[in-house]
Amino acid sequence: MSAKKKGMQSVVFLNPPCLASWASIVGPKEGEGPWGNSFDVKLSDYLLGENTWEKAESKLLQDTVTMAMSKQGLGVDEAEILLAGDLLNQIASANFAARSLNIPFLGLFGACSTMAESLILGAMLLDGGFYQRVIAATSSHHYSAERQFRFAIEQGVQRSPSAQWTATASGAVVLEAGGAGLKITAATVGKIIDMEQSDVNNMGAAMAPAAADTIKMHLADMELASDHYDLIVTGDLGSVGAALLRQLFVRDGLVPAPNYSDCGILLYDEKQDVHAGASGCGCSAAMLCGPLLAKMQRGELNKLLFVGTGALMSPTTSFQGESIPCIAHAVAIENI
Amino acid sequence: MVPLYMAFIIGGALCLIGQIIMDFTKPKITPGHILVGYITIGAIISGMGFYQPLVDIGGAGAAVPLSGFGHLLAQGAIEAADSKGILGALSGGVASTAAGITAAIVFGYVAAVLFNPKD
Amino acid sequence: MNMPQNQQLKQAEAAEYKALVDQVNPKPTYIKNCVWAFVIGGLICMIGQIITNGLIKSGMELKAASSLTSVSLIFLAALFTGLGLYDELAKRAGAGTIVPITGFANAIVASAMEFKREGYIFGVGAKIFSVAGPTLVFGFVISVIIGLIKVITD
Repeated sequence: MSAKKKGMQSVVFLNPPCLASWASIVGPKEGEGPWGNSFDVKLSDYLLGENTWEKAESKLLQDTVTMAMSKQGLGVDEAEILLAGDLLNQIASANFAARSLNIPFLGLFGACSTMAESLILGAMLLDGGFYQRVIAATSSHHYSAERQFRFAIEQGVQRSPSAQWTATASGAVVLEAGGAGLKITAATVGKIIDMEQSDVNNMGAAMAPAAADTIKMHLADMELASDHYDLIVTGDLGSVGAALLRQLFVRDGLVPAPNYSDCGILLYDEKQDVHAGASGCGCSAAMLCGPLLAKMQRGELNKLLFVGTGALMSPTTSFQGESIPCIAHAVAIENI
Repeated sequence: MVPLYMAFIIGGALCLIGQIIMDFTKPKITPGHILVGYITIGAIISGMGFYQPLVDIGGAGAAVPLSGFGHLLAQGAIEAADSKGILGALSGGVASTAAGITAAIVFGYVAAVLFNPKD
Repeated sequence: MNMPQNQQLKQAEAAEYKALVDQVNPKPTYIKNCVWAFVIGGLICMIGQIITNGLIKSGMELKAASSLTSVSLIFLAALFTGLGLYDELAKRAGAGTIVPITGFANAIVASAMEFKREGYIFGVGAKIFSVAGPTLVFGFVISVIIGLIKVITD
C-alpha cells in the first residue's frame, strides 16, 4: 500500500498543504443569520448586477475566488489551477466563472459535498507535488437551484417541514504546498450510500447514512477516538439529517459521542422560516471559509473534521422515482 | 342568490379535503397532482350528476375550486353532445371553459412580460 | 447464491432506516394547515360569490356571471403572483390557495414568469404550460370521454 494511503478509504498527507487564505460571500438572507458578520461580504441583492440568477451565481463564485487570492495580495493568475463546482446542470456557474478567471480549471460535481471534494483533490495535487498553489471553491444560489430542482419561484407551494433552503453563498480556499498555519492533514473519500430514500424534500434523511459511514470509516482508518476532533461538522444535513446522524452515531457505537454540528443548521436562525435548515454547496463552503476557519485561526478550534455531504440526484432521476444516491467526504483540518 | 357563508363553507371544505390529502400523502402528492386530480374527479362526479346539487347550494364555493372547472368541462361536453353529437362531445368541454383558460394564458403571458420573479 | 442474501440484508437495512426516518421526521402541523386551508380557500370562494352576486344584480344571467367570476379571480391571481404576494400566502394556506381556480392561474403565471430569461417564445411560451398542461390534458380527455358516453347512451 502507498505510504500516503491509510486504512480502507483514507489518505494522510506527508507534506500537509496549508490553507493560505480564504474568502466567503453570502446572500442577503444568509447575512441576516447568526453568523452574518463572520462572512467577508454580505450581498444586498440576489442578482449582483447581472440579469439572470445563473450569471449572478457565476459572478458570486468568481468574486469569491478573486477575493481569496487578493487577501494575500495576489492576482488570480498566480494560482495554478482552480477546482470548483456548483449545483446547476453541467456545473454551469463554475464553468462560466472559470471562463472569466482564465486559469486552468477542473470542474467538479459532488452536490453539497463539492467543497470537501475540491479540498481533498487540491490537497492531493499539492502533496503529490504537481502544483504549488491551488484554489478550491464552490457556490450555490437559492433561486437558480430552486428553479432547477423544485418549483417555479412564484408558484404557491407549501414547503415540507423537512425541506432545506438552498443557500446563496460561496466559499473559496487557496491551498499552498508547505507554508505555515492551518493544514489539511488527512482525508477520507466516501462511498455512495443509498438507503432508498427518495424524497427530494428530505435530503438530510437521505444523506445522513453516507455521513455516518464516512465518519466511522475515517475514525477507524485513522485509528482515532470518536472525540478526537474538537468539532465534526457536516455540510449540510439540516436539522432532520443531523438528528438522524446523532442516532446513527449511537447505532454505530461511536462512544463518547463526537462533538458534532451541521453547517445547514448553523447558517440560519430558526426564525428565518427555512424549515430544516440550509443546503447547497455554498452553505458548507461559506461556513468553512467564514466562521469556522476564523475560529481555527483564533485557536478556538484546533482539530476540525469537515464532512461535505452530497445528495447526488438529478431532476430527471427524481422525476423517474429513483432513490437518492448520497456521498460524504471528510477533510481533517488542523492547527499545527 | 347563494348566501356568502354557504360559498365560504363549501369552498373551504373542498380546500380542506385537498390539504388533508397533501399532508397525509407527503411527499407523493404535489400541488400539480391536486390540480389534475380535482379537475378529473370533479368532471367524473359532474358526469354522474352529483356536482350540480353542490353548485346549487354552494354557488361560487363549488364553482371556484378546480372541481368546478371539471364540472364545467363535463357539463359543456354533455350539453354539446346532446345537440351536436360526436362533434359536440369533442368541442363542448373546451368551449365551456375557453374563457377561463384563455384568460389564464393571456394574463399569465402579460404578467411574465411585466414582472420578474422575486426582485 | 450470495447476491440475493446480500440484497435481502440491504433491504432490511433500508427498511430499518426508513423506520428511523419516520420517527425523526417532523410532521406537518396538520391542524394549523387545515384551518388555514379552510379559511383562505373559503374566503377566495366567498370573494367569487360576491362578484357573482354583484353581476347577477346588474342583470347578468347566472352562467355568464360565474364565467366572468372565474376570469376576474384569474386576473387577481395573476396580479398577485406577479407582485410576488401569492406564494407568500400559499406558504401558509396550502391547498386553500391551490384548489381554487386562482391556484391554476398561479401555476400558469409562475411558470411563465420563471422562464422569461429564456426568451418570450420558447421560454415563456413553452413553459407557461409546465404545470397547467397536465391539468388541461386530463380535463380535456375526461370531458371528451364523458361527451362520448353521453352520445352512446342517448
